[in-house]
Amino acid sequence: MTDWPLLTLTTFLPLLGALFILTIRGETEVVARNARNVALLTALATFVVSLFILGRFDAASPEFQLKETAAWFPGTTIAYSLGVDGVSLWFVLLSTFLTPLCILSTFNAVRERVKEYMVCFLVLETMMVGMFCALDLVLFYLFFEGVLIPMFIIIGVWGGQRRVYAAFKFFLYTLLGSVLMLVAMLAMYFEAQTTDIPSLMAHSFPLEMQKWLWMAFFASFAVKVPMWPVHTWLPDAHVEAPTAGSVILAGVLLKMGAYGFLRFSLPMLPDASVFFTPLIQVLSVVAVIYTSLVALVQDDIKKLIAYSSVAHMGYVTLGLFAMTPQGVEGALIQMLSHGIVAAALFLGVGVIYDRLHTREIARFGGLASRMPVYAALFMLFTLASIGLPGTSGFVGEFLVLIGVFQVDRLVATLASTGVILGAAYMLYLYRRVFFGRLVHEDLKMLPDLSAREILVFLPLAVLVVWMGVHPATFLDPMHASVAKLIDNFELAKAAQAGLAAATR
Amino acid sequence: MTVIATVFLPLLGAVAAGLFGRVLGARGSQIVTTGLLMMAAVSAAMVFDRVALGGQTETVILADWIKSGGLELSWALKVDTLTAVMLVVVTWVSAAVHLYSIGYMAHDPSIPRFQAYLSLFTFAMLMLVTADNLVQLFFGWEGVGLASYLLIGFWYEKPSASAAAIKAFVVNRVGDFGFLLGIFGLFALFGTIGLDAIFAAAPAKAGATLTVLGLKINAITVCCLLLFVGAMGKSAQLGLHTWLPDAMEGPTPVSALIHAATMVTAGVFLVARMSPLFELSDAALAVVTVVGAATAIFAATIGCVQNDIKRIIAYSTCSQLGYMFFALGVSAYQAAIFHLMTHAFFKALLFLAAGSVIHAMSDEQDIRRMGGIWKHVKVTWALMWVGSLALAGIPFFAGYYSKDIILEAAWAAGTPVGQIAYWVGLLAAVLTAFYSWRLLLLTFHGRPRADEQVMAHVHESPAVMIVPLLFLGAGAMFAGWIGYDLFVGPASHDFWGHALTVADIHPALDNAHHVPEWVALMPTIAAAGGIATAYLLYVFAPSLPGMLAGAFPGLHRFLLNKWYFDELYDAILVRPAFRLGRGLWKGGDGALIDGLGPDGVAATSIRMGRKVAAAETGYLFHYAFAMLIGVAALVTWYMAFKN
Repeated sequence: MTDWPLLTLTTFLPLLGALFILTIRGETEVVARNARNVALLTALATFVVSLFILGRFDAASPEFQLKETAAWFPGTTIAYSLGVDGVSLWFVLLSTFLTPLCILSTFNAVRERVKEYMVCFLVLETMMVGMFCALDLVLFYLFFEGVLIPMFIIIGVWGGQRRVYAAFKFFLYTLLGSVLMLVAMLAMYFEAQTTDIPSLMAHSFPLEMQKWLWMAFFASFAVKVPMWPVHTWLPDAHVEAPTAGSVILAGVLLKMGAYGFLRFSLPMLPDASVFFTPLIQVLSVVAVIYTSLVALVQDDIKKLIAYSSVAHMGYVTLGLFAMTPQGVEGALIQMLSHGIVAAALFLGVGVIYDRLHTREIARFGGLASRMPVYAALFMLFTLASIGLPGTSGFVGEFLVLIGVFQVDRLVATLASTGVILGAAYMLYLYRRVFFGRLVHEDLKMLPDLSAREILVFLPLAVLVVWMGVHPATFLDPMHASVAKLIDNFELAKAAQAGLAAATR
Repeated sequence: MTVIATVFLPLLGAVAAGLFGRVLGARGSQIVTTGLLMMAAVSAAMVFDRVALGGQTETVILADWIKSGGLELSWALKVDTLTAVMLVVVTWVSAAVHLYSIGYMAHDPSIPRFQAYLSLFTFAMLMLVTADNLVQLFFGWEGVGLASYLLIGFWYEKPSASAAAIKAFVVNRVGDFGFLLGIFGLFALFGTIGLDAIFAAAPAKAGATLTVLGLKINAITVCCLLLFVGAMGKSAQLGLHTWLPDAMEGPTPVSALIHAATMVTAGVFLVARMSPLFELSDAALAVVTVVGAATAIFAATIGCVQNDIKRIIAYSTCSQLGYMFFALGVSAYQAAIFHLMTHAFFKALLFLAAGSVIHAMSDEQDIRRMGGIWKHVKVTWALMWVGSLALAGIPFFAGYYSKDIILEAAWAAGTPVGQIAYWVGLLAAVLTAFYSWRLLLLTFHGRPRADEQVMAHVHESPAVMIVPLLFLGAGAMFAGWIGYDLFVGPASHDFWGHALTVADIHPALDNAHHVPEWVALMPTIAAAGGIATAYLLYVFAPSLPGMLAGAFPGLHRFLLNKWYFDELYDAILVRPAFRLGRGLWKGGDGALIDGLGPDGVAATSIRMGRKVAAAETGYLFHYAFAMLIGVAALVTWYMAFKN
């Protein structure tokens, strides 16, 4: 299948599955079962197709590859244009990898409106993959915003008690950011006369304009990451979202903001990025320390993990804006690692939520003796979250911090305190849930993981160790793209410095 | 190949018992893990023969690990004499502990898990000592941290055990924070974190400076001190020691393996491994000396008043590690590693023998409720004596050789801090002997203070526990005598080869052999004095200790409460962190950000929203609508612009 439009296929295969599910008619039970099966098969097929992208990807080249272009609005530059480089490749794979696991995990959890739920997930997958593949501003914007619609429905319809509040908060935050981003995109188009992302990367915008554009993009991306102080939608959204919703939210959606920084802010607006780096550093360091402390005192498991996500994403933004090879690659690994680990942790919470319908930490304790397999797996992901060497979390954190240290020692030092705080809140959580004596009556009858549940966790566990022991698999395809990004960034910086010197 | 076998056989055991424990069963897991560890111990001996005695250092590269920009790391095993010594110490003691555990843990329901953790720990420690770059060292470093967390919290149903486990991990992480920054600093300085590359480039960078908060500081000094912070955490030095005594919550074999013989020596190993760097910084060495001496005396004072048999030994470990550190600080690295080796044997012996006592006394750990049991547990009793004689440094037992050379080197260093360390070390030696005999006398001698039921059950441990004790006992008796020539004597230069670097301006160890006679005699006199005092207080005048405690109630309470370190940290670190977290959550996130941001806006919008749509899907339409407007605006803009 060498000539197949792989990216289009990966993007729209889930949508095809969704359409197929919509045609299923019959008794509720039958429809639910068929919808589940079709959704799972579609997602698995998509994952398999996406693996071919990896197979055909040339790691040595820093260019966008597997490009597909078709005219869209005739007579304009707006085009249907897809392509991947060493950065977006991994996020496409992350999306296609997590979706089948999510679908598998909901087989028992979701009992109502199964058909609609599955349709939502498949549409969501199309939007995510499309977003990471898009090479045209308009197309990117459509997918970027489109992701939010299914997510919004998933939280709003299948969410918990305060789902309306959470969905609304999510909506308010993101809308505000998106509007500003849209304005920025219009302005860019106005200035550069193209919507082609690679061309925009080559275009150099005037410094003053860069600053305005940068701030507009920042408004959108910072909310998505989320960076402190616009993170407060995340704990609520996570708590209210159904398990699989949280998984995708933490696993993929949080990466959209950082991906945006990497695709737009840094390459297109390098001078403004340099200018605003101190802002990013301050917000990131605050995020690491502040949210870690907040995570320490949470009573709700999901909220705790949500806050830990904010702290972990703080490392990502720090690493990206360090603009050193270790910093950027570390940030990318940290994003992938967090995508897997946070997903696993949320799935882990889902396991006990399905059994007891509570996420309150105080309601647990002593689970280790009743559910040893579950406890062991949860321990593995806890350790990865803490960043224990040998797990994926370490590679990301370590590279980010060593990358940042070369640029700013104080920032790196402050951010490193997250190493201590992270251990404290995660182990404290683990202790309260798994250790101690089983005192609550209803916990004494809990069954350990079922075969299906183990099947969900196993691939995640393998990846966590794989990325920790042999991260080269993931790093090697990145090198060329990251090197190009940094080279261009340095060139732009030098040019700006030369310009500044000339005008003086 | 033998190196790979030494390191990875324990991992194999851990995986087998950890993942397939149910299939193997309790006995199967014990046989598999112990058997593999004994094989590892044998191959470690072969490595020692080839590398340390034969002088063939080697580096085995296994696979790539992390490669990013200029940073390139491999998984590799580097073996020189220092590593070979550690390999032997770790695998031999660990094999003894594995065997002992078969008896000690016989009635525990989770034997496979326990054996898996023990083997995992051993593997991590072996990775630590064979690392050829700092990050792999850190891998082993964190690995032993993890294993100790798991083992301390092994009886996780006990709240105190899981609390101690977290404390151990988090306090260690404070040290790791320093270690990590040290690694970053070295990378910034040298552009690599491979050990050999750093050592080769180090002399050229001796004068490099680093600006910290406006001050120009020697870069090597800063990096060394940061690494030392890591060493302080792992080796429980003053300030970061609080986790070690609590770690006694774990089963006794764990205490022997981790908190006496091997893991806590990781810090000592690190400083010795980094000797080419430390040698370039007198300031860092002085700090190491002072912290080591302070820990030696501090822990010894606490050891004198504790009543839990394991806690006394734990503080003695802390104190002995202090000796090793001030030996490192005066550049007597060889002496430090020598003491590390002898200490591993006699401390593991003491712990395991203490475990045998606890076993015999129906899980009683308070020495005030023991006494007079020596007749019933003669082998344990004799071995405990051997361990204590070695610990106190009585001539011809293992500790005598290593502790003497340390004190002599401190004196011979000819520096003020060396002198301080010598005198402080002597004082600590008095206390060491005192608390060791206090423990012996109260535990085994005198009148029984336990109730009759317990006394009736007092019995010697089974052979599977006694055999490893005998092995360690032999080590405690002969390790010093056998090792002296190689480690610190005339043969030491050839033995160590290039594994340790000692600058010519730091001749403490060479001079140690030529100190005045009184300097060499004082340690033995100190030990004898301590023992005599213990006899005086606990045999001849048993009412005296109580009177002393009554006469100095403040001091007694101060020591009994371990200098109030736990209370201090709780008050200035732990509780404020939680208070701050709660404040930031409720005040920052809740009142400030949400109050001013979304909730404030939402309060108005929701009121309107309720009127517009009854269901949550109403918001969806808002959203889709807004997006459509956006796209429309874009297209319009484009059209307008084009015309």
